[in-house]
Amino acid sequence: MKKIRVLIAKPGLDGHDRGAKVVARALRDAGMEVIYTGLHQTPEMIAEAAIQEDVDVVGLSCLSGAHMTLFPRVVELLREKGAGDILVTAGGIIPDEDVPKLKEAGIAATFGPGTSLKEIIEFHRKNAGK
Amino acid sequence: MELVDRLLKGDKRAAAKLISLVENEDKEASAVLRELYQHTGKTHIVGITGPSGVGKSSLVFGLTKVIRERGKKVGIVAIDPTSRFTGGAILGDRIRMTELSTDEGVFMRSMGTRGHHGGIARATTEAAMVLDAMGMDVVFVETVGAGQSQSMIWECVHTSVLVEMPGMGDEIQALKAGILEIGDIFVVNKGDREGADQLVKELESVAEYKAMEQEWKPPVHVTIATDGQGIEDVVNSIENHLEYLKESGEYQKREEERAKGEFTRTVQDLLLKKAFDGEGSKKKFDELLREVMEKKTDPYSAAEKLLED
Repeated sequence: MKKIRVLIAKPGLDGHDRGAKVVARALRDAGMEVIYTGLHQTPEMIAEAAIQEDVDVVGLSCLSGAHMTLFPRVVELLREKGAGDILVTAGGIIPDEDVPKLKEAGIAATFGPGTSLKEIIEFHRKNAGK
Repeated sequence: MELVDRLLKGDKRAAAKLISLVENEDKEASAVLRELYQHTGKTHIVGITGPSGVGKSSLVFGLTKVIRERGKKVGIVAIDPTSRFTGGAILGDRIRMTELSTDEGVFMRSMGTRGHHGGIARATTEAAMVLDAMGMDVVFVETVGAGQSQSMIWECVHTSVLVEMPGMGDEIQALKAGILEIGDIFVVNKGDREGADQLVKELESVAEYKAMEQEWKPPVHVTIATDGQGIEDVVNSIENHLEYLKESGEYQKREEERAKGEFTRTVQDLLLKKAFDGEGSKKKFDELLREVMEKKTDPYSAAEKLLED
């Protein structure tokens, strides 16, 4: 039986992973397999881990403000490695004006502060593994 | 099959996809395994087991770094428990090994147990087979945090490394059967903690007992995995053990045991599938189940009847 596999990763230098862990737990409790990478990941590490773990979705969380550099780079690397079918989503502190730019760069969804866990779970159930 | 061809050339995406196929028991899985089988048998498969929190992942990370320095390629299969209730899992072994993600000569995969017992996942051996065919020189299989009876790892590896740490009440544990019986190499990790000397002595006495029954006496190593102390010695012992296996003829025996285990498990799986998923068998199962529930028959006769034809 296929299970939805999700990589939750923290690119960049901030050390706040409470949000990432809450999301990881919620997805686990929704029956998914969640691979958590820990803090301070480079986009290269994240893309490689996503490929080796054969995940359906990569969830990125960054609270340092470096999302405009780090997030699109993950999408780019996945495409370069022939894994452009893996969805990339984004959470953390992302100003509204950055959301369309991230979408344009290939981020499938952004989940800012206040997003309900239900919404995140439903997004994964609906879009993962297609 | 295209994925297998790509795997044999070292393509990591292909390896990952193939592991998913066998893990999901996809309908293509048995065809894949049939094709892969002929390309396997070259890898040294090493099991890393021990209780939760003793530092198995950190040790695997340290061992992998040393083996990479020696110019060999390493595959890692790390297993974490799947929730019995939701079917979900947090697979966190990568946290200790992030540095390895970008190393060309390393492939690491996390797996949930998905309801399988014994400390490993059902598809653990198959995942190791994929990494074997890919050309990895050493494959580590890291079990879930294992208690006394999770010794099934023994069936799928050539060398078992049992990791313990001081202060876990092992004086009595050392006398018990199960997990201690399977160690070819003992590691006392977090060796700077109080009680390490005592634990080493206890494990050495277990090793003495083992040496009375077999030629190989399990070495006992003290490590601090997080800063690399003692790791070289463990790698040396892993290499020595492989040499011992080959020279003593024990390697052939373990290969035979592994083949027997794989064959037995596959037969069990096929029988289960036949009982539950086969044509008409679901109906037959439900009918018999009703009879059992209504006490018209007993579970034992019903089970025999189910598998009759």
